[in-house]
Amino acid sequence: MSGRLEVTPSQTVGPFFSIGLPWDGGPIAADGPDALTISGVVLDGEGAPIPDALVESWQTAPAGIRGFARAPTDDAGRYAIRTVKPPALGAEAPHIDVSLFCRGLLHRVVTRIYFADEQAANAADPTLARVPGDRRETLLAAPTDDGYRFDIHLQGDDETVFFAV
Amino acid sequence: MHEGFRRDAPGVHPALDDAGYKSTRLRHPRQPLVYLPQSVTELSGPQLGPERVTGALDHDLTRQHAGEPLGERIVVSGRVLDGDGRPIRDTLVEIWQANAAGRYLHKGDQHPAPLDPNFSGAGRCVTDANGRYEFITIKPGAYPWGNHHNAWRPQHIHFSLLGQAFAQRLVTQMYFPGDPLFAFDPIYNSVRDPEGRARMVSSFDLERTVPDWALAYDFDIVLRGRESTPIEEER
Ligand SMILES: [Fe+2]
Repeated sequence: MSGRLEVTPSQTVGPFFSIGLPWDGGPIAADGPDALTISGVVLDGEGAPIPDALVESWQTAPAGIRGFARAPTDDAGRYAIRTVKPPALGAEAPHIDVSLFCRGLLHRVVTRIYFADEQAANAADPTLARVPGDRRETLLAAPTDDGYRFDIHLQGDDETVFFAV
Repeated sequence: MHEGFRRDAPGVHPALDDAGYKSTRLRHPRQPLVYLPQSVTELSGPQLGPERVTGALDHDLTRQHAGEPLGERIVVSGRVLDGDGRPIRDTLVEIWQANAAGRYLHKGDQHPAPLDPNFSGAGRCVTDANGRYEFITIKPGAYPWGNHHNAWRPQHIHFSLLGQAFAQRLVTQMYFPGDPLFAFDPIYNSVRDPEGRARMVSSFDLERTVPDWALAYDFDIVLRGRESTPIEEER
């Protein structure tokens, strides 16, 4: 094996990533009768919507789906992805990993979508247990008519919990 | 025993709060990051290559329109490696860039430089068995931005890499050797370590330069390596 190499540093996606990253099927991690929509807004430290953010989601289950979605925010800071709810994975409650990119972020931030209606599984989840109790709610997607709502606050009183992965 | 990805050393990547880059002010988290043990979700990732690379010319930004774009034709190639020097094969590489005049094909780009009807500025390819990728494009122009008075970005190409797992995801920018704007660019200098900055700069590649046709630049990208630990230790 070769020697150890240092990683290439991260840089911002900048304001013009929509030239290269989003595509028509991007926001659909899974479709079909069980599919639901997870949507929300991405907000800055003054509560202003971020119209040039990119939300990427990844889930490894259930088997047979792409599991990856890539959705840019619109002019109102809204994003939406289509997927199916993942099952619990061992001791881990159902969750979806999220990377968020935007102009002004020099490195992605990582968060996790958990589901507010999975109280028992969430209570036993080892990652949620690491999160201060008064901030756990920022990771819980709330049920809506067609799926779940998950807002992302980059900064401020309701700042979303972000993870070091 | 489980095999995770080695966590990046402090200072390898830019700090999210960067006084020189104004847009970070309201867009960086102020709370400390919470340590996330790498579990099955972080240790796996999507294989998007077959879905994203659909055309024979996705990697050739000079042949995506009826005519050729204006500018200096270049070949940009290199390897995608992990931190242990192992090639990462079959992984999607996506790029986007300004045209030769420094203008992006984007409604938000107000730089009064001409668009080029023969240049969209996006490319995609998948690495081969040796982790190699190659793009043919034109050298992007420098462009002004509103960060501070007389602010100009050094010439660069944006790169997006998925690697083999969520834990390896990286978005970066490739620069060109010897750019006089390096000293003045807060984004380039957000990487504090000079050796780290050097890893974002391509090198002129005489060997791959095609006589009578195009200069070549070499740019290797290194994603995290793996480590085996009985139980992942907390920093
Ligand atoms: Fe750029």
